[in-house]
Amino acid sequence: MAKPQERPEWANKAQYLLTCIGFAVGVGNVWRFPYLCQIHGGGAFLIPYLIALVFEGLPLLYLELAIGQRLRMGSIGVWNSISPFLGGVGISSMLVSFLVSLFYNTIVAWVLWYFFNSFQDPLPWSQCPLNQNLTAYNQECVDSTPSNYFWYRQTLNITPNVETSGSLQWWMVICLATAWFVVYVCFIRGIETIGKAVYVTVTLPYVVLTIFLVRALTLPGAADGLKYLFTPEWEILMNPQVWLDAATQIFFSLSVAFGGLIVFSSYNPSDNDCEKDAVVVGLVNSATSLYASVSVFSILGFKAKNNYVSCLQSNILALTDRFEIGDQNMTLDNYEQMLGYLNSTWPEEVAQLNLRPCDLQTFLDQSASGTGLAFIVFTEAVIEMPGSQVWAVLFFVMLFSLGLSTMFGNLEGVLNPLMELNLVPKWMPRWLFTGIVCLVAFLMSLIFTLGSGNYWLEIFNGYVGSVPFLIISFFEIVGVVYVYGLKRFSEDIHAMTGRRPNIFWRACWLVISPLYLLIVFVAYVSVQADKHPNYPAWDPSHVDFPQTNVTPYPDWVFAIIVLLSGLPVAPIPLVALYTLICCGLKGRRSLPSEPQPSPCVADNDCERDAVVVGAG
Amino acid sequence: MLGALLVLLGTTACLAQDLCTDETSEGFKVRLSIKTALGQQAYVWNESEMFLFRATLAFAMRQHFKNNEYNVSSILVCNETQRVSFHFVVLDPSDSTQLIQKTAVEAAVRKSRHRINSAFLLSDGTLEFLQIPPTLATPYSPATPPWLIAFGVVIGAVCAGIIVMLVSSLLGPKKGKGEDDDEEEGGGVGRNGIACDALDGACNGGFSDDDRLTQM
Repeated sequence: MAKPQERPEWANKAQYLLTCIGFAVGVGNVWRFPYLCQIHGGGAFLIPYLIALVFEGLPLLYLELAIGQRLRMGSIGVWNSISPFLGGVGISSMLVSFLVSLFYNTIVAWVLWYFFNSFQDPLPWSQCPLNQNLTAYNQECVDSTPSNYFWYRQTLNITPNVETSGSLQWWMVICLATAWFVVYVCFIRGIETIGKAVYVTVTLPYVVLTIFLVRALTLPGAADGLKYLFTPEWEILMNPQVWLDAATQIFFSLSVAFGGLIVFSSYNPSDNDCEKDAVVVGLVNSATSLYASVSVFSILGFKAKNNYVSCLQSNILALTDRFEIGDQNMTLDNYEQMLGYLNSTWPEEVAQLNLRPCDLQTFLDQSASGTGLAFIVFTEAVIEMPGSQVWAVLFFVMLFSLGLSTMFGNLEGVLNPLMELNLVPKWMPRWLFTGIVCLVAFLMSLIFTLGSGNYWLEIFNGYVGSVPFLIISFFEIVGVVYVYGLKRFSEDIHAMTGRRPNIFWRACWLVISPLYLLIVFVAYVSVQADKHPNYPAWDPSHVDFPQTNVTPYPDWVFAIIVLLSGLPVAPIPLVALYTLICCGLKGRRSLPSEPQPSPCVADNDCERDAVVVGAG
Repeated sequence: MLGALLVLLGTTACLAQDLCTDETSEGFKVRLSIKTALGQQAYVWNESEMFLFRATLAFAMRQHFKNNEYNVSSILVCNETQRVSFHFVVLDPSDSTQLIQKTAVEAAVRKSRHRINSAFLLSDGTLEFLQIPPTLATPYSPATPPWLIAFGVVIGAVCAGIIVMLVSSLLGPKKGKGEDDDEEEGGGVGRNGIACDALDGACNGGFSDDDRLTQM
């Protein structure tokens, strides 16, 4: 079944490393990590985060890269080789990769929409449109903010709840089509084109982050934001939720269990040093998160400072108008003392004005993560920076690159297994097969362009993109260490890199990482099960609008949620059961349980002379 | 005679001034924020500026009613504060005891709002007529939404890229590179196009696919 000789190869090591880094580094590094850092005690959060990286993230990463490189097959072939009982793990990886591709590319489509809209003056999310009869500004916009309105109404055109599906939003459909076209053009020739694309998509975000960092540090309020972010609150380490969040953040951030990393490393020459690669990818991923959070929080600090100043200015205006004080006689500097004087002399009038309480800390606390951070908070901050269009374009180009490079790994984790399962007819060229998969994925992800699309995306993100990965990873590590055998695995690594994994790796693989994963899985599921599943709905007719209306999921949606969490991991027990039934306990089919090294692997000349199209 | 005339004028003026109070229903309160608008270039509000205001308002009344009898004296101002804010009422030029209706004054001000603002280098937000809400400026909406243009450029480039790549990969094998039809490019196919596993024994890199020398 496996044909290692026809395997594509990386043109050079840099492309391989950049692709793996690009897969691991995604939008979550920019919009999830800074938020977690902020709510979990700033600098103190780095401790559980780094511990999780060292004891959970790096061992899993090294494991996947090593088995891919050794067995030289994608996720299906690899797990079938290790044990036919574990064949389901590969199929599960493929299913979750596919489901994640669907909603992840929708996020890329949203980024594209904002990118297209950044080329105008003034930016469309900076002002409210007029209402129907042109007498006043649109009510929904006035009640919330222009950025909120642009996101919820003009981008998503969101329905009040998940049951109301609404219709397909044509502008979203064409943005989604563009996103899938871009993914397709990068995948047309497999890793040849991906390897070239990653030179841009992986390096560009770092350039943009640096530009933003330099700009952000010169803005007023940046220091407040950074101080707020990094001030450690050591007591928070007592809270188990913090450790759980750190572990899940590392886990989901590294993109293990997708199968993509196994496939990428299977295209490596077998003497590649995968230990160093794993450490490099893991460290770069975490370093990127930290770097991004410095930029993000400088800008959030600037925004908080701006909000604080506007709050004070509106109070000053109210007082100036009420007490007929000279224009600009009351400024930010003498606000406190003048307010005190006015309050002591005319307390009733001052009370009548209902002045807003202005506290910088409150504004800094208004944090957001995910799409809220990128599309609402950040876009508001960008409006207040001089030259908004440039910053908006740069920001969205960066998010687009981050999303695209992750999509490479997602989709590779789907395409390669499909080929290994021999589901692709022999006559079909790769470009046609890739096109069909992209088309099917596009059609399925049209759900997310409906009026209720965002609600569905959050469902997918929360339930598909979480528990199944923990389960798959647990079976991966147990499968390699206990079924394949740690001794055999160590010998394989020795054959590849010339040295055996040291005591740290062995201890992690044997005990620490599986235990860590098990604890995280149990804790995560129990925390989720505790909370009744509900979601924040954007409903303009809601009493507390613009607060979101927290509604519980209806039963049929809940059934779908259970299906989405359970179905991707169902192949694991199913395939094990099937193998048990048809082939007995030995599990032998036509495949020997020990992977045969092919003649060409031993003789490196074959692969180096191979026609690697577009090498160099 | 002269004395009587003077007394008469004086009383009229007093009476007229009595018409301008903040409780009057026909007047408007005006508020200026000069320093906010102009910063360093702010001018000082003084008698002359007030005169200009009254003249501008008289101009607005003339424009709206097409009646050239409105004069600076038709505009009465009172309750001036340090803020700078004050009340004003408009006297009927034909009968100085009557005030012009509020709605009429509002219409006149609305019509010439831009001219009044410009006379003082201010805007709707910094020269406020408190009971006259500013007309909302229609946001500029171009014929083609700009985002469609950006979209068109990107999708055009991407489609061109796809076509170029597909055409070159379809034309590629015809140039005799010896690749398989199944596009797993770069595999260890061996120089002469035969898959390694079809051969007995190991691959021999010495075989080359150089057919320049073997053209028959």
